[in-house]
Amino acid sequence: MGFYEKLMSLDRRWVYLCVAIAVVLPFLLEEFGVPIFIPPYITPEVKSVYNFVEKLREDDVLFLAIDYDPMAKAELHPVARAVLKQCFKKNVKVIISALSQNGPGMAEQLISQTAKEYNKVDGVDYVYLGYKPFPALVIMGMSQNFKLFFPKDYYGTPLDSLPMMAKVRNIKDTKGVIDVAAGSVADMWINEGAGRYNYPLALAVTGVMAADYYPFLNSGQLFGLVSGMKGAAEYEYLMEKGGYMKKEEFDASRGMPIQMFAHIVVILFIIIGNVGYFMSRRKKS
Amino acid sequence: MSLVDFMWMSIGALLTLFTFSYLYKDNPFYKFAEHLVVGVSAGYFAVLLYYSSFMPKVIDTVFRPIEWKYFILAFKQIKPEYLLAALKGSQWWYLVPGILGVMMWTRFSRKLSWISRFSLAFYMGIGIGASIPLTLQNYVLKHLTSTIQPVNFTSLTGIWRLLIVILVFCTLVYFFFSREHKGAFGASAKVGIWVLMIAFGAGFGLTVMGRVALLAERVIFLRDYWVELKYFLYMLFKYGMLL
Repeated sequence: MGFYEKLMSLDRRWVYLCVAIAVVLPFLLEEFGVPIFIPPYITPEVKSVYNFVEKLREDDVLFLAIDYDPMAKAELHPVARAVLKQCFKKNVKVIISALSQNGPGMAEQLISQTAKEYNKVDGVDYVYLGYKPFPALVIMGMSQNFKLFFPKDYYGTPLDSLPMMAKVRNIKDTKGVIDVAAGSVADMWINEGAGRYNYPLALAVTGVMAADYYPFLNSGQLFGLVSGMKGAAEYEYLMEKGGYMKKEEFDASRGMPIQMFAHIVVILFIIIGNVGYFMSRRKKS
Repeated sequence: MSLVDFMWMSIGALLTLFTFSYLYKDNPFYKFAEHLVVGVSAGYFAVLLYYSSFMPKVIDTVFRPIEWKYFILAFKQIKPEYLLAALKGSQWWYLVPGILGVMMWTRFSRKLSWISRFSLAFYMGIGIGASIPLTLQNYVLKHLTSTIQPVNFTSLTGIWRLLIVILVFCTLVYFFFSREHKGAFGASAKVGIWVLMIAFGAGFGLTVMGRVALLAERVIFLRDYWVELKYFLYMLFKYGMLL
């Protein structure tokens, strides 16, 4: 077997081993006193989401939809946390729902931790609605009246008794929606939510989904898009520049050096694979 | 970090390593982790559905407000006025979707599975009725409008808009199979293939990025666990020496 044939039949476990070494490399460099921080290039679609929250005034209400479960936590948790922190720091009130079936507990943990950090009170500074099945119907319902699907919040308190909900009847009474989503719920927010009831909508989605949602950005159906861990790192960077976050609090940005090294390995293997393929084909012919 | 948190973190780290072990080859540790995730997810969802949907919509709304004293009397003495009094506070019409839900369970029986079609038809009817006009508006018309924008040759944006229209047209030509892809028509189809490849490439690149992000988060988690483990072992050693 020639060299190029060997390249073509390389055991995939060698690729995994190389990726494993690449992802450990940033930590090793950190141990030896060479921490790597890559300042991200800020894309206009992420900046647009940040600016939208930035322009909100005290006591404005924002709707934050946490529509992902622990499987997408790596990519979406940092941006959900960052938006919450920005709102709480600016004293913007937040209504939160969690329409992903395995996500309500995780969302509650995130909300209560962040609220505790900023001394925010449930029902006064934020309201967590929780989960209800069939997201499309729930989104349509919340666009008309929160109480249709959520007569009580996640903790069982009637919405009527919450001071924050006195002036808010439906999503149209909020300044807009930021949907942090993994899966088809994002489409439902576009179609059955903002598309039908005309409120501003931005998405934060996983990297796998991002390519599908850029057309919605160009058509004006979305005012912003945060895609995957890279988008979250951009958001964190903007937060740091705005004085909302310290570098030590960074979450997604910690993963970016790992991403860089892993991508280099993946690109190298793609090149090696292609060289092997073309050379072995030439040899055969 | 409390000891309880550390224990949970240890379980998480162990399950992560079990899952990664699949990269070498399939093994019982991986299978255990996989089955655990599926089982826990299904169990969590079932309990969540019961408490977020069935309990407030059926139990609390239909059955809890019923005056059972009058209800029993109504059947004992066969007096409809008692039945009305019993059901006064109950929103009994919520039973209709409840029954539709129960009808779905007939799918478990070969003989009775036809009953579930009524529920499915009802659900699909609502879904399709609500989404077709919206889908046409939000996925077709709005995208058509944003594809065909005013073109000009004085700015890069204007030229870019023309390019978008041409490339969209070429992509559509590729999917037109009623005519042989030859000559100018074939050349347009070839351009269409390139456009599709660029789109797939972007999708693939973002998918790789997403998957690596998941790996990065797990690696960070394992690294944080390693720091905690070192501290835990140090404390254990320190108190062990003291004792």
